[in-house]
Amino acid sequence: MEEFIRKSMEQRVVITGMGIYSCLGTSLDEVKDSLQQGKSGIIFDNERKLFGFRSALTGAVPQPNLKNELNRRQRMSIGEETEYAYLATMEALKNAAIDEIYLDTHEIGILYGNDSVSKAIIDAVDIVREKKDTSLIGSGAIFKSMNSTVTMNLSTIFRLKGINMTISAACASGSHSLGLGFNLIKSGMQDMIICGGAQEINKYAMASFDGLGVFGNDSLPATTVSRPFDKDRSGLVPSGGAATLIIESYESAVRRGAPILAEILGYGFSSNGGHISTPNVEGPALAMKRAIKQAGVKPADIAYINAHATSTPVGDANEAQAILEVFGDNQPFVSSTKSMTGHECWMAGASEIVYSNLMMLHGFMAPNINFENPDEHSAKLNIVKQTVFKEFDLYLSNSFGFGGTNSALVIKKIND
Amino acid sequence: MISEKINEILVDEFEVDVDLIQPNLNLKDTLNLDSLDYVDLVVIIESNFGVKLVEADFANIQTFQDFYDLIKRKTSEN
Repeated sequence: MEEFIRKSMEQRVVITGMGIYSCLGTSLDEVKDSLQQGKSGIIFDNERKLFGFRSALTGAVPQPNLKNELNRRQRMSIGEETEYAYLATMEALKNAAIDEIYLDTHEIGILYGNDSVSKAIIDAVDIVREKKDTSLIGSGAIFKSMNSTVTMNLSTIFRLKGINMTISAACASGSHSLGLGFNLIKSGMQDMIICGGAQEINKYAMASFDGLGVFGNDSLPATTVSRPFDKDRSGLVPSGGAATLIIESYESAVRRGAPILAEILGYGFSSNGGHISTPNVEGPALAMKRAIKQAGVKPADIAYINAHATSTPVGDANEAQAILEVFGDNQPFVSSTKSMTGHECWMAGASEIVYSNLMMLHGFMAPNINFENPDEHSAKLNIVKQTVFKEFDLYLSNSFGFGGTNSALVIKKIND
Repeated sequence: MISEKINEILVDEFEVDVDLIQPNLNLKDTLNLDSLDYVDLVVIIESNFGVKLVEADFANIQTFQDFYDLIKRKTSEN
């Protein structure tokens, strides 16, 4: 009965661990330094040019070597996005002070954002094309070739026994994974969930996206091309890696004496109901308003916005207008960390929570690098041009995706 | 020797110590093979010897020697 009463009350939801594997670094410390220094992780990849890309720019991450960490069966079943997610999750579990015994004795869930496994599918199909025999594909391919590859593999590796599924919502996948996890914990259905987002970074994954002509001009210096909100932006730069956040009920965190990094106060979602790739103003604005309302705060209380802005002409302009609509005369500091990372797509909604938490925990706001001249909308925003060293305790993070899916999260520093 | 080549690729694929492999030992138990591993066994034999194993081929395989004999037979038929 006591259990029922406890579970039936709304739970506070906190973040107790984070891990990151991105083009800004492969640990929280490295990434914190890159953010603070405004360091870009973008390179020109000549292989992409030779392959036929219109724009050969990409975020670059080192290839993991997990030979000593995972057994053969585990390694055979994972592609690069899961390798990144595994490393980010290992760091997050350590950060959250969760050990093997805890994993085995508690019900922990996983909700992870991922929306493609292009390379694994192409590699497998190439074998069949050549050999004309599916039995020569090998046993690992199917587990690498499904969209749920990250969650099916990590749940096996970490022996998880709670909710277990992948969230596919284009470039808002990572953010929705946190929002949905937030609601499951808030409602008492789960005590702890591994959330996050993973993004493959290989050329196959990005070729069709490049074909739309929305990637930035690669004749310019690589680190200057991702320039969200700048009037001379020419398009986005693809990137990838993985980010993991351990979220749990406040009660669970206190019970086990866990380090509490931040609290999730609000999750707002919406769908534009319009064009498949062109965003609008109303949908994102609605998601932000809902997140702020659920958080029980006023727009003026929010000190910082980590914008979705990817450096595309229309997307950034519409988000700027949405922010102006929601925040009016009280414009918080705004930066898009995509100016440094490029667009981490399925991972972005989770990595940008890691980035923003690092800023909030270390008292700074990372710059929107390459922001030199505003356009008519961004001129009215309070964009962080250089790192701002300032303590803050409340921020909002936006993530939007193809199909008009929108997610906004409001996160607070824990002071109690 | 075909057995040495087979041992070499088994060690490489299943990451076992070469000393564990003896002709009279049980193939499945020694390599700790599950159903998925047999799929990979088919792949490595095809790519190294150019012969295709099917499920029925494994019906009477107990020891490594049985397996060597099977591959010898298959390659000579090829």
